[in-house]
Amino acid sequence: MHIKICPEAFNPWSEVADYPTHSKMKPGSYGACSVFVGFMRDFNLGDKVRCMELEHYHGMTEKLLTEHAEKVNQQYDLAELLIMHRVGMIYPQDPIVLVAAWSAHRAEAFDGCRDMMEYLKAKATFWKRESLEDSEDQRWVDNRKAMS
Amino acid sequence: MTISVKIFASLREDLGIDGASIRPSDNMTTLDVWKRLTDKKPPDNLLCAVNHQYVGFDSAVRDGDEVAFFPPVNGG
Repeated sequence: MHIKICPEAFNPWSEVADYPTHSKMKPGSYGACSVFVGFMRDFNLGDKVRCMELEHYHGMTEKLLTEHAEKVNQQYDLAELLIMHRVGMIYPQDPIVLVAAWSAHRAEAFDGCRDMMEYLKAKATFWKRESLEDSEDQRWVDNRKAMS
Repeated sequence: MTISVKIFASLREDLGIDGASIRPSDNMTTLDVWKRLTDKKPPDNLLCAVNHQYVGFDSAVRDGDEVAFFPPVNGG
């Protein structure tokens, strides 16, 4: 299990490809890997968005994600779980979040990946502030209004 | 020892502070900590944590605790 808060851009596809070789998983021990990658859109609530700043509560974010990842690992009998999340300034099409779950069979990989992602959206202490196109305006993104 | 308070995101801008260091009092709760920070009524959607764990506004706060107030979260 690995959880990383990333101040710099990352490539989710190479992270997923490389992770098994650095983890405790043995080749042939897993039969499925379910991957979710979230990207930044260039639109929200009818406006064009130029960039976005992601803030987090250092310490609490890592603690919450670690605790829930341990639960998910056990509940779905996962072989491995990788979670990465950007902070800092991001731009349209940048990856924001990666959740990858490895397991013996697909059902556990799908369910574990989804469970972790839904928890992250609902509880993990991140906040987004958008800068709009053709404007100096910035606005905090309200989770209840934004299209998820 | 003191209680360390942290404020995040839009709430930081609304209150004009990013944190504080306050002296604890007897039987102090998270709501008491809020009242030490500001005269404003807590927003309906305000969230609170003590030592990196979500708690309610009647939660006990002790010397050395880290208390955080923040708006609804929005990751992913």
